[in-house]
Amino acid sequence: MNTILPFLKDLLSMPGLSGYESPVAARIEETWSPLADRVQRTRLGSVHAWRFGTGAAPRPRALLAAHMDAIGLMVTQIVNGFLRVTAVGGVDPRILPGQPVTVHGREALPGIVVMPRAALLPAEIGEGVVPIEHLWVDLGLPAAEVEQKVRVGDIISFATSPMELSGETIAGHSLDNRASVAALTVCLQHLRGRTLNWDAILAATVQEEVTMAGARTSAFAEQPTLAIAVDVTFAKGPGANDWRTFELGKGIVLAWGPNIHPALHRRLKEIAEEMEIPFSVEYTPRHSGTDAYAMQTAAEGIPTAVVSIPLRYMHTPVEVVALKDIERAGRLLAEFLCRLDGAFIEALTWS
Amino acid sequence: MIPESLLSLLERLCNAVAVSGDEGEVRQIVLEEVRPHADEVRVDALGNVLAIRRARSGDGLRVMLAAHMDEVGLMLVAEDGDGLYRFETVGSVDERYLVGKPVWVGKDHLPGVIGARPIHLTTPEERARKLSLESLRIDLGPGRKAELGSRATFATPFRRLGAAILAKSLDNRLGVATVIELLRNAPPHLELQAAFTVQEEIGLRGASVAAYALQPHLGIAVDSTPAHDLPAPEGHENLFYNTRLGAGPAIYRADAATLSDPRLVRFLEAVAQRHNIPYQIRQPGGGGTDAGAIQRTREGIPAVSVSVPGRYPHSPASLALLEDWENTLRLLQEALNELTAEVLETEKNS
Amino acid sequence: MKSLVEALTQTFGPSGYEGAIRERVQQEIAPFVDDMRIDALGNLIARKGRAQNGGQRIVVAAHLDEIGLIATHIEERGFVRFTSIGGVMVHTLIGGRVRFVNGIAGVIHMDQDEPRDSFPKLEKLFIDVGATSAADCPVRVGDMAAFERPFLDLGRRWVAKSMDDRIGVAVMIETLRTLQETPNEVYFVFTVQEEVGTRGAAPAAFGLEPQVALAVDVTRTGDVPGGKMAVALGKGPAIKILDSGMIADPKVVEWMGGVAERLGIPYQREVLVGGTTDARAMQLVRAGVPAGCLSIPCRYIHSPSEMVDVEDVQHSVRLLHALLSQPLPFS
Repeated sequence: MNTILPFLKDLLSMPGLSGYESPVAARIEETWSPLADRVQRTRLGSVHAWRFGTGAAPRPRALLAAHMDAIGLMVTQIVNGFLRVTAVGGVDPRILPGQPVTVHGREALPGIVVMPRAALLPAEIGEGVVPIEHLWVDLGLPAAEVEQKVRVGDIISFATSPMELSGETIAGHSLDNRASVAALTVCLQHLRGRTLNWDAILAATVQEEVTMAGARTSAFAEQPTLAIAVDVTFAKGPGANDWRTFELGKGIVLAWGPNIHPALHRRLKEIAEEMEIPFSVEYTPRHSGTDAYAMQTAAEGIPTAVVSIPLRYMHTPVEVVALKDIERAGRLLAEFLCRLDGAFIEALTWS
Repeated sequence: MIPESLLSLLERLCNAVAVSGDEGEVRQIVLEEVRPHADEVRVDALGNVLAIRRARSGDGLRVMLAAHMDEVGLMLVAEDGDGLYRFETVGSVDERYLVGKPVWVGKDHLPGVIGARPIHLTTPEERARKLSLESLRIDLGPGRKAELGSRATFATPFRRLGAAILAKSLDNRLGVATVIELLRNAPPHLELQAAFTVQEEIGLRGASVAAYALQPHLGIAVDSTPAHDLPAPEGHENLFYNTRLGAGPAIYRADAATLSDPRLVRFLEAVAQRHNIPYQIRQPGGGGTDAGAIQRTREGIPAVSVSVPGRYPHSPASLALLEDWENTLRLLQEALNELTAEVLETEKNS
Repeated sequence: MKSLVEALTQTFGPSGYEGAIRERVQQEIAPFVDDMRIDALGNLIARKGRAQNGGQRIVVAAHLDEIGLIATHIEERGFVRFTSIGGVMVHTLIGGRVRFVNGIAGVIHMDQDEPRDSFPKLEKLFIDVGATSAADCPVRVGDMAAFERPFLDLGRRWVAKSMDDRIGVAVMIETLRTLQETPNEVYFVFTVQEEVGTRGAAPAAFGLEPQVALAVDVTRTGDVPGGKMAVALGKGPAIKILDSGMIADPKVVEWMGGVAERLGIPYQREVLVGGTTDARAMQLVRAGVPAGCLSIPCRYIHSPSEMVDVEDVQHSVRLLHALLSQPLPFS
């Protein structure tokens, strides 16, 4: 179970903001290549790893997608060596003051997000929440050096190092969605030495946090028979306790709603029950908030489902996930892929 | 005159529970009705029903008629125990409509109610505030179980009120019944592609994949649009009626999702005038139909929308006039009869 | 180039009714293109060159449409109520003049009993076309209008309505005029309906399947009182890094910056909060298209008096020309 941890910690230590995923894509490709028959990149930079099936061609294909991009910040202005920033993806400005960050200018520069004292802010803010446009990043460098090394548009990633907390959990930034990338890696590991009937494509997609550009274009490119998004969902914890939240470390979550093909949901459920993988169901009345939303309406439409890993404090640099749940997701998906056969296509027809 | 059989088809459709993402009950009725009249019928990956009647003569201009099968409604999301269920809305439902109403849950139409605190136990201050969704529950009665994830709708049975009809989901069972009828009377020179779409109410999702597969030359969304033709506060003119009952089918020039192709708008107006069919132009701004998704598919598809006006959509009870429905049917029928590729060859701007 | 910009900005063409401006553009580019067609939604697509010697298919897009107003109701006394087409801001309207598709002109004002110390809502405005009743009003529900304001030459700066995006259209036309040789197959696409949600661009790109897509559009500046952006007039064209709808492909950003630097063309790096362009739509087409945007800095966007810097415009033409006339550094 801990074999995935070093890889995951690596991923959590590197930047890979939406649109700028190359460092993380390269690391993923490195680990996936020995586990796959073929690895490719799409036009927008998503990583696709293929395991070919043995059924007669043309074989149906299943696409599993986990987005590899992470939220962060971007430089909008440089004023006397201090940086103004904007968010890339959904960032609650309240988590920013005091955060350690890395500014990716001509070199990687450590910095902190700082908030000015009330006297240096518009009167109406006072001691209240400081909106992002009034925060600064301080690099601790002379203005001239900042001008040389940093430009408008440079990306800024969170610099919090991953930490192992008790109960076999891990905390860090970008566990949304590197935890799922780890789950796909576990899946590939479990597929070693097993034969598949269908082709399987495991994709680390780009830009989910902003436009879902990766999922949409990957689905269009591969035109799969079905697609499953692997993402994180809300774990129960302080401030998160209602019907949309799930116990940390007590199992994976299967979504249900208009974004989910009922037959896919049922099949995943059946397999989880058989394998005694604990799971809950997440009700998503309108959309799943995952890559599945984009994949479902690609080209002529694709049956989609979502498998989720519970995670605390989503979209902060201290997200927490249970390693067991990553492992469970990976095993479930591997088994799901191995059992795909000709009969399942029938099951996908709406009765 | 709307034939009784068509009216009873509408009744069956309106009484079905088919919320976005769970359109099965309406899908079954549609499949039954279209099979005898189409050359090809298939259900795609999202559950859209695509029924194609190929051309018998001429160059077979491909015309897509889209009518969404889904209605807005509710989904059961958590169980409180004792027959009480927490729920969420699916599609745009004004929360003020929910309280004190009966509902049907799931494909078995389990009866339930959304109750409210007795007025005796409330204060005037409380009564001035809206009831939040989180505080409401569907009550199926003690001991009754429903499956979480089931959908629910208001429990309003279809009724005929003389010249009017009162039902839930006139948006868009009117459109569905209309397209079924048009398919039955498809003119021979067109390839008529009847697309009964899913998930329109949550983002025009079914229509985009349907149009992608069908590749029509042009698309017409057939829907129902609000008539806000109530009296305005004293001394003012109603500036925001959207459409009016009794004024005929509503042709769209613009809504929030689509700028209708001006050639198709002009064509429809000309047909209406030629055949003395009353019609109105829906007020621009707000709202959207499947035409929005169709227009942006592949290399672009000229599109327009035509709707039956209906009061109080997305509420327990909507109201429409039979005469408006009849005129909508007439307008679309005559339009299809006269539609040729030449319509798209005219100069785009008016 | 000034007379071209003046003619383009003075031509009528709100979203959905781009006919007049499209025709004008067709006339301008006809002598310089290899072929030209109009697609199902009204996008004008003109090709220059065939891919050879490592050349690729590039789409460059500027939108034809401008923001406008659409009639929602004709009052009993002939006043025209309206709603907006595209991002129209109330505070730019009052006292302004418009022209409808059918040629009728009018003046915009607001309900006289509205408080004067705050912006009214759009519903409280109306257009007066000089009618005295609904019966004699030459405007119908659904008729569309656009701003009317003459072009202004301030020497270093030009001011007009619809610089967004007629200045982009002009830059593309000028580039076409001067693009003699290119190893690339370049499609100059003049799109429709950008202002209502970048609706024309994706269908155009879907049909063309480019290897790279660039939008040419305006972007906001921060060099005005209360402004907070790093882009300014007179500092050159802007290379878009991010806006609220899109992250430009880093390869494309690097390509654009590299060419600008090699040729000594001044440029700025742009991060725009609030607003997006056709590039967003083109990036998501089919299996994905690396996309970016060449932005022309512009003050007072979506007002009847949008202002650009003449040299920025000229540098934009040079930069676009250079980008299109060489092979791409990536494939």
